[in-house]
Amino acid sequence: MKTVAEINEKISSGRAVVLTAEEVIDYVDKKGLEQAAKEVDVVTTATFGPMCSSGCFLNFGHSKPKIRITEAWLDDVSAYSGIAAVDLYLGATQLRHNDPANLDYPGDFRFGGGHVMEKLIAGKEVQLFALSYGTDDYPGRELRTRFTIDDLNQAVMVNPRNCYQNYNVAINASDKPIYTYLGYLKPHMKNCGYSSAGQLSPLLNDPFYRTIGVGTRVWLAGAQGHVYSEGTQHSPTCERGVLGVPSEGAGTLALTADMKKMNPEFVRGVSLKGYGVSLSLGVGIPIPILDEDMLKQTTIRDRDIKAQVIDYSTDYPQRTGKVLGTVNYEELKSGTIELNGQKVETGSLSSYAGARKIAAILQEEIRSGKFLLSQPISPLPFEQSMKPMKEIG
Amino acid sequence: MSDNITKKIMLYFPECETESPIVYHLVKDYDLMINIFRAKVTPEEEGYLVLDITGSDGNIHQATEWLQSLGIIVNETDKGVKWDQNRCVQCGSCVPHCPTGALSIPDRSTMEIRFESNKCIECLSCIKVCPYEAVTSIF
Repeated sequence: MKTVAEINEKISSGRAVVLTAEEVIDYVDKKGLEQAAKEVDVVTTATFGPMCSSGCFLNFGHSKPKIRITEAWLDDVSAYSGIAAVDLYLGATQLRHNDPANLDYPGDFRFGGGHVMEKLIAGKEVQLFALSYGTDDYPGRELRTRFTIDDLNQAVMVNPRNCYQNYNVAINASDKPIYTYLGYLKPHMKNCGYSSAGQLSPLLNDPFYRTIGVGTRVWLAGAQGHVYSEGTQHSPTCERGVLGVPSEGAGTLALTADMKKMNPEFVRGVSLKGYGVSLSLGVGIPIPILDEDMLKQTTIRDRDIKAQVIDYSTDYPQRTGKVLGTVNYEELKSGTIELNGQKVETGSLSSYAGARKIAAILQEEIRSGKFLLSQPISPLPFEQSMKPMKEIG
Repeated sequence: MSDNITKKIMLYFPECETESPIVYHLVKDYDLMINIFRAKVTPEEEGYLVLDITGSDGNIHQATEWLQSLGIIVNETDKGVKWDQNRCVQCGSCVPHCPTGALSIPDRSTMEIRFESNKCIECLSCIKVCPYEAVTSIF
């Protein structure tokens, strides 16, 4: 048994043994669980993919005369201004003003909130256009200016839902192509889309949320942030397989970090044809190896992580609950899966190569003492499921 | 035929050269096999033609000179479809949509994307599905 405090002490003195969630699999195979648990202090996990429920609070400082912003656009993307005078919240999936969306189906969705966030973190200039009705103490009614992230007092990413524990595999059984957030799906189940880092993914390496909880320090696009709550739609009550790993979406995390400290490589605007805009984020989470059980959880392999294949032409939009089949991530990553005797090509929206890179960066930051672990202040809910919407009339 | 070579070239028509039946002359006068990948040739506008030409080295050389004499720019290095490694996040959503394997994942343990432009037939499928504008067309 080790504590987080003991592990942090080892990190500070440069003695911590840190492996990625990929490396640890072979290491435990070679050394045996008992011996490896004595040696390994931390396992790094990571993921890098589209996370639609993301956004940021920006504080601009006061204009002269002061303005109490009631409507605002950042590079023509509407930001929420129903908060204090010069605070705005920009959401990742907000479209640019005048975007034709799907009027000319399938729409291109070239630019939206996620792209504005990418520009800000890359240090580029963004335009603010703001309106107000004017008050005695905030007489300003209109404002147009340009700014970079350095001009802002604060830029804090606050993401209600990131790091889905697992996810559906989307397929199209109809006879027409469809456009989804898991990509373009050809008719007659010719291809499928998935999105998870599998054996590297944070919540798949801690499926019961023993170490990842509210207050856990995370690596969010290069900045040190933390989990501020369970994510929206966090549904841990689900079907679980090997080592208790869910075969459905299950848990989610709500994350926050300072955008000024982020690396633009891991914050990327996303355009999904026929669907919309989003933001791809790189997240890394360290798992303290408290005991053998915790180490065992991190040895989960792609082949033991299952995902459900769902028809996004009917069953997904109509919420029928029908599952066409179950596949594992080793099959998904091979490039083809077999479904009802038919070969289906696979494409990932989540970047496994990116996740490997992040897991290695975080490993290095912990080894060098730059990144310390934190003890959660409260656990994530472990029994909870989502109700469908109540519709009246 | 054994000493035949194949080259992928891109022809750029700076002004309206569309009056001349270029492909006909390439076949008839220079004994070349032509495989057109993509063309955008509109009267009164600049035009592009991306094609494979197969023939003897000498014939290809002469054909190139003839094309240039018409004011057509023959580009043997540039491609109509470009993959920007810095914009690519290595997600792989393009791979099942590439019909020729020009975009592929050679090593399934690292899952990194490779683009081989010599295999690209410029069908543009990848452009439609890339969420990051990592692949672009010059026309």
